[in-house]
Amino acid sequence: MAEPMTFDQTVRDIVRRHGGLPTRLLQILRDVQDHLTWLPSETLDQVAEELGLSPDKVRGVAEFYSFLYTSPRGSYDILFSDNITDRMLGNRELLHYLCERFGIGIGETRADGVVSIGTTSCTGMCDQGPAALVNGYTLTRLDRPRLDRIVELVNSQIPLDRWPREFFEVTSNIRRADTLLGRHFADGAALRAALDRGPEVMLEELSKSGLRGQGGAGYKSAAKWMACRNAPGGVKYVVCNADEGEPGTFKDRVLMQDFADLVFEGMTLCGRVIGARQGFVYLRGEYRYLLKALRDTLQRRREVGLLGEAILGNPSFDFDIDIHLGAGAYVCGEESALIESLEGKHGVPRIRPPFPTTHGYLNQPTVVNNVETFAAAAKIAVEGGDWFASRGTAESKGTKLLSLSGDCERPGIYEYPFGVTVQQVLEDCGARDAQGIQMAGPAGHTISAKQFGRRICFEDLATGGSFMVFDQSRDILDGIRNFTQFFVHESCGFCTPCRVGTSLMRDLVTKVHTGHGTRYDLEEMRKLGRIMQVGCHCGLGQTAPNPVLDSLDEFPEAYERRLRSTAYEPAFDLNAALEEARQLTGRRDPGAYLNEQDLLLGAMP
Amino acid sequence: MIEPRLKVATCSLAGCFGCHMSLLDLDERLFDLAERVELDRSPLTDIKELGECDIGLIEGGVCNAENVHVLMEFRARCKVLIAIGACALNGGIPAMRNQFALKDCLEESYLRGIGLVDPQIPNDPEIPLLLDQVHPVHEVVKIDYFLPGCPPSADTIWTFVSQLLSGQAVALSYTQIHYD
Amino acid sequence: MSERPHFTLDGRRVPFQDGQTLMTAALDAGVYIPHLCFNPEFTPHGSCRVCLVEVNGRVQAACTTPAAAGLIVQSEIEELREIRRGILQMLFVEGNHVCPACEKSGACQLQAVAYYVGMLAPHYTHFYPRRPVDASHPEAVLDFNRCILCELCVRASRDVDGKNIFAVQGRGIQARLVVNTPSGQLGATPFSLHDKAAQVCPTGTILIKHRGYETPIGQRLYDRKPISVVGDVAQVSESRGGRRHD
Repeated sequence: MAEPMTFDQTVRDIVRRHGGLPTRLLQILRDVQDHLTWLPSETLDQVAEELGLSPDKVRGVAEFYSFLYTSPRGSYDILFSDNITDRMLGNRELLHYLCERFGIGIGETRADGVVSIGTTSCTGMCDQGPAALVNGYTLTRLDRPRLDRIVELVNSQIPLDRWPREFFEVTSNIRRADTLLGRHFADGAALRAALDRGPEVMLEELSKSGLRGQGGAGYKSAAKWMACRNAPGGVKYVVCNADEGEPGTFKDRVLMQDFADLVFEGMTLCGRVIGARQGFVYLRGEYRYLLKALRDTLQRRREVGLLGEAILGNPSFDFDIDIHLGAGAYVCGEESALIESLEGKHGVPRIRPPFPTTHGYLNQPTVVNNVETFAAAAKIAVEGGDWFASRGTAESKGTKLLSLSGDCERPGIYEYPFGVTVQQVLEDCGARDAQGIQMAGPAGHTISAKQFGRRICFEDLATGGSFMVFDQSRDILDGIRNFTQFFVHESCGFCTPCRVGTSLMRDLVTKVHTGHGTRYDLEEMRKLGRIMQVGCHCGLGQTAPNPVLDSLDEFPEAYERRLRSTAYEPAFDLNAALEEARQLTGRRDPGAYLNEQDLLLGAMP
Repeated sequence: MIEPRLKVATCSLAGCFGCHMSLLDLDERLFDLAERVELDRSPLTDIKELGECDIGLIEGGVCNAENVHVLMEFRARCKVLIAIGACALNGGIPAMRNQFALKDCLEESYLRGIGLVDPQIPNDPEIPLLLDQVHPVHEVVKIDYFLPGCPPSADTIWTFVSQLLSGQAVALSYTQIHYD
Repeated sequence: MSERPHFTLDGRRVPFQDGQTLMTAALDAGVYIPHLCFNPEFTPHGSCRVCLVEVNGRVQAACTTPAAAGLIVQSEIEELREIRRGILQMLFVEGNHVCPACEKSGACQLQAVAYYVGMLAPHYTHFYPRRPVDASHPEAVLDFNRCILCELCVRASRDVDGKNIFAVQGRGIQARLVVNTPSGQLGATPFSLHDKAAQVCPTGTILIKHRGYETPIGQRLYDRKPISVVGDVAQVSESRGGRRHD
């Protein structure tokens, strides 16, 4: 077959470096984009040919992930994190300022191809925002002086590795440590325990501990490991879900930055228990800055016999870990979508059952657990199940990491035994004037002060870890509208009620938020929300209406004070819909407006 | 005692009057209808001013400023508002122009068309100003009943109107509901 | 011989064999559950969500839920009819479905299912997306305005025809059907009217040229009887107004 017209040796080298494996497609495309700044059609075709994939597969993947570009972007591509917490810290004003300085609009690339600016979903820096990504690397604590300096650096085309280090500094902000973060852990201790006492005992301890999935779903970890261990199939896998994409969550980032050994040890332990030799960390693309340090840690563990072949000198204990980097798709936090992505495909959730414990990565038995779950498992292996179960509540054993952000004096990571009240957390983080909180991300719970006595645990308020505080000065609806836009952006588009429903919901909330809604629209939101909750294919769509439905109950006044007194209002701006015709005809006569008010507005300079 | 007749108004916005033709297809049933309703503003009466009505029938979607005014007036003056026909329900054929920018539509018609003399986009204040897109009526006002069809058949209209006038729940048979 | 296992669908016993889903078992028993992306000849997809049923109190897609003995399944209940109606309405406002201007009208599964669930009007605000029409192929035309992303043509072309002509690309509301050629034109592919892909579209997205409006109104596939009686257009023979070549 003829070589593609723009055959590129570097692209070929990248594909080879990844072993020519189709499962590495997403990683290959990331590397190719680093080389070319975007992914031209001919390049995608070349990648397809080298991997023996059909061109549409490769293009489908390239189009699915937000951080992959199929049209040209700047050599410096700056994406502002656009979570509500970034907005509360003033990111929009900074975004517009930077656009102005570069002379481009949001989503545009400057004519010279040097710089492009856009927005992206929460980058997990809520305690040190406003944040952004430049070529995928995290920038924190943005302010005007920093942006001015960035303008100079970009205009002089200074490479990122010569930018001031402090621009990229990510601090851990651990404010409260309990058993997971507070107690010393000796590397290898969990693996020694596993070798000394055997996988069955380890499973018993895990079972006694009552550990549940810390990503928020709360499935019993011991049952999951057991099911995978017992599943037929010679090749099994361990997958660590480090794709925390819930806006407001950043606890896995801190674990991966400061406690990577603990996490890797938990994964290796799991490999030993279920009989797997290969593990994967699926690291969200926004945490690219961690990649090098994590790979170094893996290498160090190999060198000291905690990873790789014959771990701790035991010839029957082989296990290694590979890190896959995501590329901006919240839906990949759903375990079956994550597996699809790991296999190099676009991340559409699978039909379940079968579950990953029997049909996971490459259809083999697979345990997928959250970062925090693996860390806790490693501790349990050393300290015992009873020790872990002595903290927490009847149904929620142990501790939980919370990511605190928003209107509080001390944002950061707080580790509590399960069962702590919302009120206690608010007091500890210095949130004096909280109007409400958003817990477990937009898909979770939006609650007002009357519910601050509730407890954080699976029996009451289950959470993956996000905890955003809104004080009395905030407009709750700003946040809700931001969340509905988040779901529009993150819907994978597979099923009807999510693909279409998320847009309909965003438009209804926007209508009310901009003062054009009526009580009828609130009823519409409830009906639409119900269809999405029961009708969607996966958890993303099923929970997407939660912020709206919760806030309608918890903060009715946030909606009602904006409602028109009329029974019904048009779905679109009638006056604006006439403007194009006014311009084309040059008409400004009274007949060119629907009413006097529009006419008066139109006559204003 | 003779019951007072219900007042009914009808109009055609961005439509083709096909739904009104279908109404006339009621043929001899029009006599029965006339005993029970009195027509107010309608293309069939040529009454220009809309009075207070019990029922309003809207054919056609909303494509210009005049459509908006008429539709809003109907909503304000009719107790029950009924959208009738494909165009009123989803924009129909006129909404196929939504595939193009209004600028392109007008330039194609008035500037680039074949055989034009002194081409210009009409700007006379007498001509209703176009909306950038054609919309179904429910995107502008609250609609109480929807009657699909292009047009709905006379039978369908008769079933619907009879049920409505006698206060029954509207229930159409399978063959009476179609979108074309 | 022991009794065949069965589940209950709207109070009726539906027997099933190992490996069947609620949908295929119901179909074999002659009970209709409305659906669009499901076609018995292909692996179920579960994307359109029209076949939602309540299984022991939980709403699930009938086409992807394995049949199991003793399940209590509800389908024709008002709550589900309302949800299905809502999903149909979403499909209608997402694309541009101008039935009076579509040759498929009367033999369109999307339309027939909408009739079946009692949809009178699209209810939601229309998106009016701008989508192209591809008339580059000598025998067929692709009208993307009518695509509901069921991926049946994708599956048929890939799994049966071995041509892999169609794909869905993009994410979320940007997801769209594309043709796998550099030009994106159907005319540049080996697509043929004898392909399975030419016969599975539940809407008027893939239309055969030179033969429009052949059946008089009143005699079209779904003019007289509902889809629950007539069956899916892709499963009905051409002599009866369907697509299937017998």
